[in-house]
Amino acid sequence: MDPQKYETVIGLEVHAQLRTKTKLFCGCSTEFGKTPNTLTCPVCLGLPGALPVLNAAAAEMAVKLALAVHARINPRSQFSRKNYFYPDLPKGYQITQYHHPIAEEGWLRIDGSGRPKIIGIERINLEEDAGKSIHDGLPDSSEKTSLDFNRSGVPLLEIVGRPDLSSASEAAEFLQLLRATLQYLEICDGNMEEGSLRCDANLSLKEKGSSTMGVKTEIKNLNSFRFLQKALDYEAERQAAEIAAGRPIRQETRLWDPVRNRTWPMRSKEEAHDYRYFPEPDLPLLVLDENFMERAKASLPELPQEKVERLIETYRIPAYDANLMAQSRGLADYFERTAALLENPKAASNWIMREVLQYLHGQRIDIGQFPIPAERLADLIRRVDDGTLTLTAAKDIVFPKMIAGGKEASAIVVEEGLGQIADEEALKKTAREIVAANPGPLKQYREGKRQVFGFFVGLMMKETKGRANAPLAHKILKEILDGDKGSS
Amino acid sequence: MSLTSLGASEIRSLVAAKEVKAEEVVRAFLEQIERRELEVAAFLSVEGEKALEQAKALDRKKDKGCLAGVPIAVKDNILIKGMRATCGSRILENYVAPYSASAVEKLAAEDAIFIGKTNLDEFAMGSSTENSAFFVTRNPWDLSRVPGGSSGGSAAAVAAGEAAAALGSDTGGSVRQPAAFCGVVGLKPTYGRVSRYGLVAYASSLDQIGPLTKTVEDCALLTQVISGPDGRDSTLADRPVPDFSKEMKEKLGPFKAAHLKEKLIEKIDPEVKNIYWKTLNSLQDLGGELIEMDFPSWEYALPCYYIIAPSEASSNLARYDGVRYGYRHPEYSNLREMYLKTRTSGFGEEVKRRILLGTFALSSGYYDAYYLKAGRTRQLVSREFDRAFAEVDYIVTPTAPEPAFPVGAKKDPIAMYLSDMFTVSANLAGCPAISVPCGWSREGLPVGLQVIGNHFQEGRLFQLAFLLEKKVKFGNNRNIINWKEER
Repeated sequence: MDPQKYETVIGLEVHAQLRTKTKLFCGCSTEFGKTPNTLTCPVCLGLPGALPVLNAAAAEMAVKLALAVHARINPRSQFSRKNYFYPDLPKGYQITQYHHPIAEEGWLRIDGSGRPKIIGIERINLEEDAGKSIHDGLPDSSEKTSLDFNRSGVPLLEIVGRPDLSSASEAAEFLQLLRATLQYLEICDGNMEEGSLRCDANLSLKEKGSSTMGVKTEIKNLNSFRFLQKALDYEAERQAAEIAAGRPIRQETRLWDPVRNRTWPMRSKEEAHDYRYFPEPDLPLLVLDENFMERAKASLPELPQEKVERLIETYRIPAYDANLMAQSRGLADYFERTAALLENPKAASNWIMREVLQYLHGQRIDIGQFPIPAERLADLIRRVDDGTLTLTAAKDIVFPKMIAGGKEASAIVVEEGLGQIADEEALKKTAREIVAANPGPLKQYREGKRQVFGFFVGLMMKETKGRANAPLAHKILKEILDGDKGSS
Repeated sequence: MSLTSLGASEIRSLVAAKEVKAEEVVRAFLEQIERRELEVAAFLSVEGEKALEQAKALDRKKDKGCLAGVPIAVKDNILIKGMRATCGSRILENYVAPYSASAVEKLAAEDAIFIGKTNLDEFAMGSSTENSAFFVTRNPWDLSRVPGGSSGGSAAAVAAGEAAAALGSDTGGSVRQPAAFCGVVGLKPTYGRVSRYGLVAYASSLDQIGPLTKTVEDCALLTQVISGPDGRDSTLADRPVPDFSKEMKEKLGPFKAAHLKEKLIEKIDPEVKNIYWKTLNSLQDLGGELIEMDFPSWEYALPCYYIIAPSEASSNLARYDGVRYGYRHPEYSNLREMYLKTRTSGFGEEVKRRILLGTFALSSGYYDAYYLKAGRTRQLVSREFDRAFAEVDYIVTPTAPEPAFPVGAKKDPIAMYLSDMFTVSANLAGCPAISVPCGWSREGLPVGLQVIGNHFQEGRLFQLAFLLEKKVKFGNNRNIINWKEER
């Protein structure tokens, strides 16, 4: 795509499963992964004669998000029926909100790689999830589709973002921030793989400087941050290629295919459903009184953006670090507990950003399951800072062993004999032996090939198993290589 | 006097006093069903064994409820756990209810006995019970005529002495009109008075469960039992239920009643009109001041109803898709075809007509002109009622524009719809309304008076209806079939 010619216009529509104990309109449990169709009742199965009763906890969660994204909360909101036929939709309609959603006109501010940007949120709807169609994986899947209604009636927030995003990376950042916000509020676990956070996107191109919007396509099946970015990049390229080839963009819904790394048309505008929305007669207006709002307001925790600002202020770490630390409440807490024990908080964010996060991502776990307590990590970092342990040994030997064995750094240092060598005489002895054993490189060095110095440092570290105090080793090696000619 | 000529209040008194065993009562009613059912065909299913078991258990029980031993017939769109609930439709022909409606639970808690499930127009859509997918119920007063509808089975069962009382549902007149046609008492309670949980929805914003009984006293008793909060219907009013039986007997002082302006009743059956006028005179005798009132939007109520009810129905009936329960067409090659064939052959003509009407009215591009406009009209109707009730205690109208008509007489759906011309307004406004027998046509067919009250004023309705019942000496019309046979 020619970025000189086109601007990308992206809007996200996010569905977040709320962490209520029970479903939106009945008393069934919302637990994930239970035996299919065991968490059901006449209401969530849509049996004849059953009626919905709103779960107030879900409304409270919706209000919390609305407050967190600075949205206008409607004191009287209304449920509507969205009518369509699908086997996993037991009533033949979904109870959602349409004319009067619970909240409208909110926003979140993304960092935008140093160029902060306000991303609008058009509306927040409280709605019920459908059941799940299982097309494969069961013994009779070749002939049948099976239905699991455990998910039917689980509360969702539908968060409709404005088309204020102009790149795939901005979209990913917005989704990250929204996810962090939901997690901070403890109203959604944000697990995209399990489907508790789902994202659709719409994308169009418009000519630079033009106010005319292009025709948009909607892209579904974006169930990871990686897919979101790849799909949006792909779709922008595809649309640009279509325009360049003189073909009009069709307004349609497309599906992301993560195997072939492309989008496929799913249905066109003509095939779009007429959902025949109308107010849900089985539910009265949802009236939120002052007390309810005040309670929700009082229960709001520190939110991601506030936390970022405070971390920068309190620990003097760069914005980049603070953003990473604040990606979850748990991680930020871990950082703060570690940093509090150190004179240099930046060292804590360095360790967490690199070693800790790498480990978490590799294991696909979150900070709550990380085996090293903050105090012990701080202890390890302190040993590096005060020179009793080399950084290399700390990272390559001690850290992995702390994870694996659950021991403290001190015990591992003793076991592995990793106390740093700062004994000048011992290091001098090793350095002399190395230099003597490598006459070739020594000659090269003395002829002026100064980069050979690194070769000797490497040998030095190898010989000492990384325990040599680096500045001291440098100093000694330099002395020997430069001035040892006649004196020895 | 046979047991089957008795009403609910009388039976429970006899059973409570141990003068009669509940088992004897049930046996008597089952025998009456045996005798009458071939002709009347009020029941879709008779639950004789269950009813006898229940009765025997009750006879051993110490503290009995206020409906002890009263055999009650329940319209087949109201769920009783373990019994079929067909809604008069092929699509639910073999559907067995997995739970009971709140109203049914409340009756059961007072030791009522469920004797069977009654016939109805499919999904309560109709005014004659001819739209049942299974068979036509006959009017016990004249077997060539319809019992009214859609709760025709319930009304006929009570009139024929096959049940001491019955439950029906009323969306546009479906309790009151058959009550009038069969010469029994029928109440549509205030919207929000009786839980709809377990009533198979036709039009959710209009539906209410209501009793059909032999007397006003029985009507008050049953309404008392089935009313009140249950935590399962969000549209239920959170307010206490007064003692209706007590209120019913309180002295009715001078009252004001609005009657309809001549132009609103000019097209109705002359006999019905005549009886209506006569009944108005009776009301004056009872201390009523009658005020003629114009209801400018009255004539729009019926068209308004026929937008709102089908719209809601089109959505409420979407769940009958052959996927999870009920009828599924045996031949199909894909999902779409399964839906189409199942719903095409599973639903009857009238149901399909209303689904189409409603689907159209809610479609984008038509929504504003139909559904939204109908909603505004509904508000107008409501406001006219509010204004009227600022001035009067009651609005009285004929229940139906004519007495029971012959089976097959109304082929044109619009002609059938007109049968609800006096009843739909109370549903639109959410007001309670009762139909009380107030006379007979020359052919010996009962005619009913509808009394509409302000929201939650059921007690006031019973007060007036009780007096009127005595005045026209229709009440306690023992076994009306016997009465007819005696004539």
